[in-house]
Amino acid sequence: MKMVWILALKELRDGLRNRWIAAAIILLATLAIVLSLMGSAPTGSVKVSALDITVINLASLSVYLIPLIALMLSFDALVGEFERGTMLLLLTYPVTRWQVIMGKFVGHVLILFVAIFAGYGSALLFMVTMTGGSIDGWQAYFMMMTSSLLLGAVFVALGYLVSVLVKERATAIGSVIGLWLVFVVLYDLILFGALLLDKQQVIGQKLFSVLMLISPTDSYRILNLSIFEGVSQSAGIAGLASGAGISTGLLFSVILIWIIIPLATTLYIFQQKEL
Amino acid sequence: MVEEKNTINNIISLKSVSKQYGKDNVLNNINFDVQAGECIVLVGHNGAGKTTLMKLMLGLTRPTSGKVEVLNGNPVLSTAVEQRLSLGYLPESVAFYDAMTGQEVLSFYAELKGASKNEYLDLLELVGLSGASKRKIATYSKGMRQRLGLAQAMLGDPQLLFLDEPTTGLDPVLRQQFYELIDQMHKKGATSIISSHALSEVEARANRFVIMKKGVMVACGTLEELYQQVNLPIRFQLKAQVGHASVIAEHLGSKISVHQVTEQFVEISCFKEEKMPLIRHISGLGDVVQDMHVIPPRLDEIYNHFMSVELS
Repeated sequence: MKMVWILALKELRDGLRNRWIAAAIILLATLAIVLSLMGSAPTGSVKVSALDITVINLASLSVYLIPLIALMLSFDALVGEFERGTMLLLLTYPVTRWQVIMGKFVGHVLILFVAIFAGYGSALLFMVTMTGGSIDGWQAYFMMMTSSLLLGAVFVALGYLVSVLVKERATAIGSVIGLWLVFVVLYDLILFGALLLDKQQVIGQKLFSVLMLISPTDSYRILNLSIFEGVSQSAGIAGLASGAGISTGLLFSVILIWIIIPLATTLYIFQQKEL
Repeated sequence: MVEEKNTINNIISLKSVSKQYGKDNVLNNINFDVQAGECIVLVGHNGAGKTTLMKLMLGLTRPTSGKVEVLNGNPVLSTAVEQRLSLGYLPESVAFYDAMTGQEVLSFYAELKGASKNEYLDLLELVGLSGASKRKIATYSKGMRQRLGLAQAMLGDPQLLFLDEPTTGLDPVLRQQFYELIDQMHKKGATSIISSHALSEVEARANRFVIMKKGVMVACGTLEELYQQVNLPIRFQLKAQVGHASVIAEHLGSKISVHQVTEQFVEISCFKEEKMPLIRHISGLGDVVQDMHVIPPRLDEIYNHFMSVELS
């Protein structure tokens, strides 16, 4: 564990040194504040708190942004070290290969943790002050931050998988952008397109729920748009998912599986690799 | 050569090790043992397999066939982590994390090896990088990187050092300092495997030499042993009484090849088996010969000989 921690701290320090963390905090905080200001307008008529509205808005945005941030953080993690030659030296030190992967993973998730909780957290503070101390809906907000972190972890793991498979950094950049498009944009586009064209209703509610569920980004959406009553009232898609009886535990499990499988595969490939 | 029965003292043991990358035979049936305290120098042309041989011993890559043992363990297993605590490696053209400072990098490696802060600061001092330790590595010259590489290899007082072309990029003074550092490590009982093209530098320092050619170990032994394996001419330099040089040359010329004659010096050469008879003959010449130097073939000559012989 000590080795994992040493390697994780190195990644964290790298993130601080190259201003990566600072940039991400500012980006996330600004977006959250802007969205909360925009979202506070319609709350008068519907009986939901301003925070709930912000959670919906932020979750819809995070689903694009967090994967992108996570992939940008992780695509270089392995291929970059192979290409520069630093991995060669690192692996002659008393560290095992799984410690190298886990160290990087813990470090990168820590970076995301700091960015998400400081960024979105400062926006939360701002909103609470603006609304005169009302903290209604804070549970949903925390759930949104936690699930955002897990979504980030999914894409950190997917980024490593790309990073261990490709031979050059340039290929890694291209591949993660493709990966992002598929997971965040194309999958849903195809799914909803199919639903529109499906006049005979071949895709029943059950199959649709399963297809939604196997995507980590859709699981994240459902998680944030449906768990809390206040949120689920104002989110269209939520009715669909809660109607299918998808539990919070199941949604979290899907996201966790999406972390474990790419990470384990990366480790397996890395173990076989010869330097 | 090391005998089979000494395996207990062997710090490294390679048995019929071969390595293929795709169809390329990078290493072919390598057998070789290293005993504790030895200084082994690997020589060979570029692409002869020296770096691959080191990577095999470091556990970075697996042999296609054969067995590699380092510090009584298989270096590719995850259990070799313990062994790696007592191992130092300086890769060929070493690379570091450019955004970090010299001190940050060394502190990171020291932590991994469980070395103290004092130790890595001392090492920075030792390799003359104290002044530049707060600068980013991106600004370092080739020689500075090489020195930082050496410092990291020496972290944690390693028993076993792997140095891949360690003196490239170092100026003559630094080279001298580098060899002094290695000598100090040897005095403490360390073993080292050095790959080098600088034959004249390593000639006097190594216990044994391994000559590699196209993935094959063409020779292995002390300078003396290698010299016994080849039949290269031995040179003699004779100092004659003033004016007698040509007389001596004429006298010896019937038996031996004479290279150069000046007013006072004669240079001749002969093969091993003719050496003692020739020396006896020269001493029989009496006072006209004032002094004599016998110069055995040097490492670079032996090396060139092995390189020019076709592989059977």
